[in-house]
This record gives sequence, structure tokens and C-alpha cells, in this order.
Amino acid sequence: MDLDALYQEIILDHYKHPHHAGLRDPFEAEVHHVNPTCGDEVTLRVHLDDGVVRDVSYDAVGCSISQASTSVMTDLLIGKDVDEAMTIHQAFLELMQGKGQVEPDEDVLEDGIAFAGVAKFPARVKCALLSWMAWKDATTQTIEKEKA
Amino acid sequence: MSIPGLLPELEVIRKDFPILERVLAGGHPLVYLDSANTSQKPQVVIDTMVDHLEHHNANVARAMHQLGAESSEAFEAARDRVAAFIKAPSRDEVIFTKNASEALNLVANTLAWRGDLQVGEGDEVVITEMEHHSNIVPWQLLTERTGATLRWFGLTDDGRLDLSDIDELITERTKVVSLTWVSNMLGTINPVREIADRAHAVGAIVVVDASQAVPQLPVDVVASGADVLVFTGHKVVGPTGIGVLWGRREVLEQLPPFLGGGEMIETVRMERSTYAGIPHKFEAGTPPIVEAVGLGAAVDYLDHVGMEAVHAHEQAITGYALEGLQSVPGLTVMGPLDAASRGGAISFELAGVHPHDVAQVLDSRGIAVRAGHHCAKPAHARFGVQSSTRMSSYLYTTPAEIDALVEGLHHTRSYFKLGS
Repeated sequence: MDLDALYQEIILDHYKHPHHAGLRDPFEAEVHHVNPTCGDEVTLRVHLDDGVVRDVSYDAVGCSISQASTSVMTDLLIGKDVDEAMTIHQAFLELMQGKGQVEPDEDVLEDGIAFAGVAKFPARVKCALLSWMAWKDATTQTIEKEKA
Repeated sequence: MSIPGLLPELEVIRKDFPILERVLAGGHPLVYLDSANTSQKPQVVIDTMVDHLEHHNANVARAMHQLGAESSEAFEAARDRVAAFIKAPSRDEVIFTKNASEALNLVANTLAWRGDLQVGEGDEVVITEMEHHSNIVPWQLLTERTGATLRWFGLTDDGRLDLSDIDELITERTKVVSLTWVSNMLGTINPVREIADRAHAVGAIVVVDASQAVPQLPVDVVASGADVLVFTGHKVVGPTGIGVLWGRREVLEQLPPFLGGGEMIETVRMERSTYAGIPHKFEAGTPPIVEAVGLGAAVDYLDHVGMEAVHAHEQAITGYALEGLQSVPGLTVMGPLDAASRGGAISFELAGVHPHDVAQVLDSRGIAVRAGHHCAKPAHARFGVQSSTRMSSYLYTTPAEIDALVEGLHHTRSYFKLGS
């Protein structure tokens, strides 16, 4: 079993020094997601403005994979149009669910390609996806609130 | 290596468990330290189950043919063996369930229904903060449904039950006290008898979750003080899909039936039915037959080794592991630190590395442990942690496997670049 395929340097770096950590104002939606099998938790806020992801802030407890994934996600999504952010979200989801068979696009996923190895460890895919699912939930809630 | 208390024929015992020969990815021999999660199975259990399916398979108690008679006999013989194993005064007091969770839910549900022991508004149910979720949630459901109040014993800093407020907790309002005998997370062995005596003094019934106790301790259900005691087959070297509910006859007879259906009736008319006596009253539908037969072989196997000897082995290995774990910088063991007052599950934290990552690195070396909340979230919350890593030994665990774990933990620290 190739441990180094799972624990890429980039992942360990983000784990030790997470980007955009902490909960910030302003925000339109806050969600709390849990991985019931292991207890990993994230509280995540999104701030959208004029169709752009202005901020993603979070308070998370969990393993290196879930923490690093959250950190990388904020790097990727903050500042993007919501549509573009959703496309990146979809690309990351496909990578994680690809059982190691999906070739990641570095132009889209940047540091996120480091998670390609995680897809080969089925037990850890949920760790990597925890905050991405939380972000989508919070973003969808915000968009629906705006519509209402 | 020789440590006092180890099973003298450890190598012979290991040969009884074929899976222990497994070599995992990377050529690492299996080091199985997850027996509190599920135990491995000896060849005799596997063979007994295969033999039953190959030669004796039929439904029980409803098939008027030779195979039916053989299958019924094997199934009921398993009940006899289990009864003897836990020193039940009567075989009829042993009820087969799917697992320990179902057994606890059976009790918590039937206590909500009309009957002599019915729990209602103003009544109290007392549990503890170190319970497995399966001994918390059914009681939450019971008290929510009936308007009763749920109360619990807290824990001391060293992971024991805080009994200082026992007089405020167990009162004339208490109808049920339900607690674990051995904690699946902290390893603590609880003073069940002492608490049971207090509960009985106020007329409460005592339910004991013995899922971690029956695998490790010689159990005498009557001496334990329990009115109801449950455990699961797969942690006592038996198969999954079979659990045991033992109850004192008077208690079981006072509880209404749980599931309705075949086998649990005396006679059925469209207006009303009458019910079979125990144990069949609580065994609706076709039971897990081959699983029960396998469990019978499992407890026979443990009886043959001797539960006193199994317990001594567990204590020796646990003491050795506690010592080894102390050598790992930044490692904190949760629960009592003396092997004599605990079972063979040791949960710990390793500063700077999340339990998932600990388990992953250990797994890459063939070492199987559990990481997470071990279905004991409140107990973790009590100690201010979200999750932990847990090693758990059994009668086949060797000191060399503990060495491999300790070495693996040193390696984990260096992999995550933690200074010493």
C-alpha cells in the first residue's frame, strides 16, 4: 500500500498550515456537516456577492485529509464566480469518486490534484469530500434565499 | 517473550485462527488489534457452521422431518451451551437476538408498553456517560416516548464511573439502571454488583451491557447482580448476526412480547393471540440458526481454553501494552492506567496526528486498529476529544504484536514529522 500516494507533501503542508481557517463575517449561510462514521465535523460559512464567492470560512475538526481538503477548497473557490466554483466542485467530486481511474485536470483543480491518491482509499473519500459537500449545501441555501 | 499470565499454549491457539496467517499488502503479516470491534473466528466455529449448512440445514421447530429434528436439536443445544457459559439458572432464560443492540432495544421497547414493569411519566432511567451508543439511544427513545426522565452517572478524570452522587441518582423514582460492565472505549471494568444492589434496594431493574465483558471475563449472570444481561456473538469468537439476551425468568415473564410472528405464539385467533413461554415468546420468525450453532461452538471453544486463563492473558497483554504505549512521545492513554481494573481495549491520543491518520499509517504496516469515536461520542466529549485510536487484544494476541504496534506508532510520528 503506497502511503505516500495518499499523503502528498501538499496535503501535509495544508494540514499543518490550513488556509482561510476560522469563522468570519459577513456570511449568508452557515452549515454544520458531520461524518457520522468517524465524527469529523465542519462548520462552514459562505459569503456570496454579485455572483462571486467572496469568502468561505470554517471551523473544522478532523484528519489530515479532511483538513487539507478544506484548506485547498478555500484556495480554489474564493474569488471565483459561483458557476465556475460549481464546475470546480464537480471536477473534484468526479476525481474523488473515480476510484483512482480519473486523470485530474491541474488547470481546474490546482493543488486539488494532490488528492488523486485519496480516491484509491475508499475509506478516506468521505474525509476529502466533507467540506466540499458543506460548501455546496451552504451555497445552494444562499442562492435559494436570494431567489425567495 | 514470557510475561506472567500469558496463555501457555499461545502458539497453538493462534493456529486455531486461520485468518492470523494472512499476509497483507506490502508483505506485512496481519497484526490484528481490533478484537473489541469484532473478534476473529477459530477453525472449529467455521467448520461447525459449514457442517451444519452442508448436512443438517432445515428450519427449526416447524419441520417434521429428520433434518428439521437435527437442526432444531443443534439450535437448542447452542442455547444450552450459552446458558452454561454464562451460568444461567435456566436455559429458557437465554434468548437469541440479532446482536446486543437488538437485545437492548427489545428491553427498552417492551418496558414502554403496558405491563407490570411499564415505565411512565415521573419514572427515571439511569445510564452512564461511558455507554456505547446502543446503550444510550434506546433509553433516550424510551424516555422520550413515555415522558420518563433519563439520568446518568458522570465519569471521573481517570475514566471510572463517578459514584459520588449515587444516592441522588438512584432513588425510589428509578425504574431501570442500565450500564456497561466493561467500557468499549475506556476499558474500565465497572462495579456492576455494587450498583445493582443499590438499584435493587429501590426496586429498579438492572440491565447490563456485557458485550465487552463476556469475551474477557468469567461471567456468572446471577452473581453479577443483573436482571437482564446482553452480549453479542461476534465478539466471543462467534459469527455476526447472533446476540444473546439473558434475563431472570420473573423479569422476562413480566415483559410483554417484542416482535409478533411465527414461533412466539401459543395460539392465534383473529381477535387475539396467546403467547409462547420464554424463550420463544421473544423469538418471532425464523431465527439465525447457523449463527446460533456457530455461537455454541464459539463458547465451547472459550470454555475449553478457560475464561480465567483468557482473562489472565488479556490482563498480561494489556499491562504490557500500557507500558509500551507510554514509551511513545505525545501519547495519552484514556481510562484507567492499571491493567487490573480494565479490559483489553486501550484508546489513546497521539498529539499532532489525527486518529484516522494513525490508523492509516498502521494499516500500511499490516496493523489493524480502530479510529474514530467507537460509538461512544459522549465518553469522548467528556474527555474533550472528538475521536481516538483504539487497540484491542484478545486471547490470540502476542507481545510481539504489541511491539509492532508501538514501533508503528513511533514510525507514525516520524512520518508526520513530529519531533521527539
